[in-house]
Amino acid sequence: MPSATRRLLQERARLLARIRRFFDDLGVLEVETPICSRAGVTDPAIDSMITRYTGPGAATGQPRYLQTSPEFPMKRLLASGSGPTYQICRVFRDGEMGRFHNPEFTLLEWYQPGYDHHRLMDQVSALVRSLQPGCSAELRLSYGALFQRFLGLDPHQATTGLLKQVAVERGITPGTQLDRDGWLDLLLTHYIEPQLPKGLCFIYDYPASQASLARLRPGDPMVAERFELYLDGLELANGFHELVDAVEQRRRFTRDQKEREETGRPVPPMDEALLQALQAGLPDCSGVALGIDRLLMRLAGAAHIDEVLAFPWQRA
Amino acid sequence: MASYSTNEFKGGLKIMMDGDPCSIIENEFVKPGKGQAFNRVKIRNLKTGRVIERTFKSGESIEAADVMEVEMQYLYSDGEFWHFMDPESYEQVSADAKAVGETSKWLKDQDMCTVTLWNGSPIIVSPPNFVVLTITETDPGLKGDTSGGGGKPATLETGAVVRVPLFVQGGESIKVDTRTGEYVSRAKEE
Repeated sequence: MPSATRRLLQERARLLARIRRFFDDLGVLEVETPICSRAGVTDPAIDSMITRYTGPGAATGQPRYLQTSPEFPMKRLLASGSGPTYQICRVFRDGEMGRFHNPEFTLLEWYQPGYDHHRLMDQVSALVRSLQPGCSAELRLSYGALFQRFLGLDPHQATTGLLKQVAVERGITPGTQLDRDGWLDLLLTHYIEPQLPKGLCFIYDYPASQASLARLRPGDPMVAERFELYLDGLELANGFHELVDAVEQRRRFTRDQKEREETGRPVPPMDEALLQALQAGLPDCSGVALGIDRLLMRLAGAAHIDEVLAFPWQRA
Repeated sequence: MASYSTNEFKGGLKIMMDGDPCSIIENEFVKPGKGQAFNRVKIRNLKTGRVIERTFKSGESIEAADVMEVEMQYLYSDGEFWHFMDPESYEQVSADAKAVGETSKWLKDQDMCTVTLWNGSPIIVSPPNFVVLTITETDPGLKGDTSGGGGKPATLETGAVVRVPLFVQGGESIKVDTRTGEYVSRAKEE
């Protein structure tokens, strides 16, 4: 038996159709890129699933990495002059299952050349509002202002000791030690997120240590031009004013691989094809990935991700 | 030492926390898209009954608690300890007042109980949901009253006091729900 009702299957179909219309109207090109790649994602917080291909070109077999997002091939298209593109596809993340996580889920990802992250936030807001017309409230806060507002501390300056103390004072007691970003993630997910207001909430300008694939903006403090969208307190989307510097990108991949190696985790090969594309020249752009299943959860008032999936992981 | 990874967490799993055996009530996976994954769990300390919240880094391993729930027959109390026997292995254990707690007032010789053992020693004794006990003392009721409204206190053979309808008399056996401490019915004659 499916875990989604027929009504939710219909809502999903309607949602996908409306998203496609939104982008068609804007002249953004829908694309499809490979789901199985030779290279994986090195991000220490995201684990790839691995499958295997044996056949012409790989007589003894070769590992293939299931995409955790279509980011790398979409950037290669951008570098080749595709202009703005979007994609709706399945992505896979090992180890992630819970009320808001299914290891296989649907992502909407799009790229806008010439946009910075603020301009892309405007577009994300327009999309979500077009899908949920009743949604009026919107808050935009920098990561620094967010922590000031809810915890009265500066997340860019606070020491690990202070972050830990603040967490313990609020009764959030982890079993073990965390690194500095771990404490920030803990405070964000356990203390701040449950208090985020209804409606849209954008958080932007993340700590430089959480840049991921965003460009850094020098200043005091230096921040990553990255944003997240929350809808009624649920994390829906992550966007970057994209890093276009091939040398810096390689440095980050190498650092990620080193961290994975030190913590005894799988070390996927870095995507040399992406690095070549950056070398050739990725236009200044911003990109964002938005979780369709979670969006549907919010639109339909579902409490568990299984309610919006035809067949969740355990029944796949 | 046996341990569980956070990936094995689920309701009912027994783990060690702060030196005490605990049972997981609820387990939630929490993860920012680009950040650290956590398992946020609600756990009950089996010794104190207290419920606390803890967060673990996903992938961590937690020491398992050697906790078993065994159906055992209550034998007798010597004043200090309550003695139970596994009817299959004839193995006996003795539980102290801390483990037996309020349950003592429902314990009658030969009755089956659920005994929670930690490293082989009893830490919780739970009575059956329903027990049949004899009334040792209650005021004589009014003849003809069958409504059960109001009622009166009755002392049972184990010392427990429950409210019973007026028509129930001393010397009778009654069925009691141990979860609520309420009278259910007169016990049927076997």
